[in-house]
Amino acid sequence: MAGAEEVGGLSRRKFVTGMLAVLGGTIAAVVGVPAIGYLIAPALKRGETDVWVPLGPVEAIPVDQPTLFTFSRTQRVGWETLATSYGMYVLRSAQDQYLVLSNVCTHLACRVVWKDDPRDYTCPCHDGHFAKDGSVISGPPPRPLDEVEHKIEEGTLYVHLVEA
Amino acid sequence: MIARFYAWLDRRLGLTVIYTTTLDRKVPKVNWAFTLGSATLFLAVMQAVTGIFLMVYYVPHPEQAYDSVNYIMTEVAFGWLIRGIHHWGATLMVVTVFLHMLRTFFYGAYKYPREITWISGVFLLLVTLGMGFTGYLLPWNQRAYWATTVGTSIAGTVPLAGPWIERILRGGEALSALTLARFFSAHIWMLPAALLMLIGLHIYLVIRLGISHIPQEGE
Repeated sequence: MAGAEEVGGLSRRKFVTGMLAVLGGTIAAVVGVPAIGYLIAPALKRGETDVWVPLGPVEAIPVDQPTLFTFSRTQRVGWETLATSYGMYVLRSAQDQYLVLSNVCTHLACRVVWKDDPRDYTCPCHDGHFAKDGSVISGPPPRPLDEVEHKIEEGTLYVHLVEA
Repeated sequence: MIARFYAWLDRRLGLTVIYTTTLDRKVPKVNWAFTLGSATLFLAVMQAVTGIFLMVYYVPHPEQAYDSVNYIMTEVAFGWLIRGIHHWGATLMVVTVFLHMLRTFFYGAYKYPREITWISGVFLLLVTLGMGFTGYLLPWNQRAYWATTVGTSIAGTVPLAGPWIERILRGGEALSALTLARFFSAHIWMLPAALLMLIGLHIYLVIRLGISHIPQEGE
């Protein structure tokens, strides 16, 4: 009977254990992969944005005074059409040079506000302060405010909105 | 190593006792019809798991219910599979519950000392049907809407209390956001809570009393 129990050095117990491991692993994968895929699916979908958004005529922009421009864009998110609002500060120099800064704080993405006293960008969440050119004055922000690419066509200021 | 860890856990949790009392029970010589209860329990667990997954995306609102179900079916990875299992599992569970009941009835397994097992089983049948009825409305498509209109109208034909029952089921005069919301809450909390307690009682009794043997000639 010993011969029937063991064929080619493989005992019945070892064979059954191995088969159970293979079968169990297969079942775990068949159940696990769809379950994880189902949960993370929307996170893997990226809506790509690459548009030039007109902010307005340049002659209306005040000189040496950061001015907030807001606009919103609608996107299809999940089963809903969602409006996302954006804010950009435009600084026009006396030499008609333009600096466009995103109002998203580089710390944890709250929105910064320009204050005339003491003339800086203040983030209300964790008291981050940025200078007129976007550089960090104080507080937790790790890097200057993000500059947004811009262009002027026929007297209108456009900003380049890029989202991956 | 593993054996020692298990022994450590076992002394504190009594796992071996749980195992021997639940799975190593002595059973009479029975046939495949005696697996229908376990099959139903398995389906109930599947329904719970897939139902929890569906809740990640489903929104019980008249304007979003259909769209969110559609989103699950067309855009979420394996969404069709999760909802498919929940959909067909529901139908199959009603079938296995009925077959389980028929087996119990024809083998006379509802008799002393198992009357309470039978009564809890009757309530389990009703709760299962309630789960089917409330779940049917949730996709908020034409079929769901009119099936629930008809279903609640049938409840309205009960003598005297009918119109009152109908209004309570619908949360008002006609089907509305209120109907969808209360069917949803019944489907995901009230009925499952009842189901869980009844399953607990039912299985406790099966373990406590053991299962009956197949009746012999002359018994």
